Amino acid sequence: MRYATPASAKEAAGLLSKEKGAAFLLAGGTDLLVKLKMGMVEPDLVVDIKRIPKINEIQTSAKGFTIGAAVSGAVIGEHKGLNAAWPGVVEAANLIGSDQIQGRATLAGNLCNASPAADSVPAMIVAGAKAVIVGPNKKRTVPVEKVVEGPGKTCLTKGEVIEAIVLPKPEPRTGDAYMRFIPRTEMDIAVVGVAISLKLERGVVKKAKVALGAVAPTAVVVPAAARALVGSKLDDASLEKLAAACSAACNPIDDKRGTVEYRTRVAGVLAKRAAKLAFQRAGGAL
Amino acid sequence: MSNATLVSTTVNGDPVQFACPTDESLMTALRNRVGLTGVKEGCGTGDCGACSVTLDGSLVCSCLVLGVEAEGRKVTTVEGLSENGELHVLQQKFIDHAALQCGICTPGFLVAAKALLDRNPNPNETEIRYALAGNLCRCTGYDKIVHAVQDAAKDMRKNNNRSKKRS
Repeated sequence: MRYATPASAKEAAGLLSKEKGAAFLLAGGTDLLVKLKMGMVEPDLVVDIKRIPKINEIQTSAKGFTIGAAVSGAVIGEHKGLNAAWPGVVEAANLIGSDQIQGRATLAGNLCNASPAADSVPAMIVAGAKAVIVGPNKKRTVPVEKVVEGPGKTCLTKGEVIEAIVLPKPEPRTGDAYMRFIPRTEMDIAVVGVAISLKLERGVVKKAKVALGAVAPTAVVVPAAARALVGSKLDDASLEKLAAACSAACNPIDDKRGTVEYRTRVAGVLAKRAAKLAFQRAGGAL
Repeated sequence: MSNATLVSTTVNGDPVQFACPTDESLMTALRNRVGLTGVKEGCGTGDCGACSVTLDGSLVCSCLVLGVEAEGRKVTTVEGLSENGELHVLQQKFIDHAALQCGICTPGFLVAAKALLDRNPNPNETEIRYALAGNLCRCTGYDKIVHAVQDAAKDMRKNNNRSKKRS
């Protein structure tokens, strides 16, 4: 196995695209090293992006936040600006694994691992996050919801590297929240995850976005659930409509963590709770 | 067969060089090449925390880090906790509270508890339990570990106040 530490994302893309053998990108390594240990992958080349300048930094601008692809969950959790702007994204990122995992795990890695149960993905989707993808020849920016195409499968082509996750500056009176259900209190994989962002105008929901995790092969955006919230002050009738729309959008698997029926039901329950939290964060009165 | 690479790093404050295959974990390199066997292998997949170390100040599982990634970084293991031959307060409190039985998980708990107290000198029980959720112990049932960390935190706060008054 050869190990490379390129000095730019473009150089990383060049190395990955030219490699004839099995090539893997290394950021936090919390997925790659497990696969290496289990013998699930046998890399000829590992490209460690952590020596690329700015890839370990969160940059704030008038437009929002640029989170470098190697920024760890621990760093995200301590970033005051991000906590204030997108608390749902921060809480989703920080739910992943232990403090030890948080010391290394990244948003871009959670996205690229493409697990249906990835906690940060629904949260990033409702926040309007985009992935900045650098290829050997060109750079493109893709909404997070378009990156994952199936379990373990992304839209990245050979050589393409996510350089950063970009989050917009939230509009005034916007709130977001992410909630998941796990059988334990910590260190588990989501049975259902629900992310909701909404914007208020005069105390009424003006815009909303709802995304579910762990109930389908990829995170699902549920426009019908968002429509149930728009125009409401989160009265019981609109919350029931929200729950029904979320449950209707579920296409989950049956496994030891939850049955199809259970996941479908819980998606609706969690959606109501997440909506209330997002509403309060947007400044709404319940 | 992986190529061996020379890695220059700092471990527990000392400059260290070792040669390791590129696919070798930092955990294995620390144990077999640097001789720091306080770093334990439990699961090898980041679930148990027995191999916890800090890397440039961040708490990590050294089994999920490649040895070659340590180039130019600063690594601290359980061996770096004691000073001048004296046990760290946490180590002493683990003994006082009998917060260990077989001892395999203990170095990881100590490194993780130290990382917690560096960040939060006065954690409550819930905060301690969450912060140590990445460390598994199959002997003690955790209560004694939590008590040891609480007691150590109390002593460390006292010592800090004392040294502040002195200066």
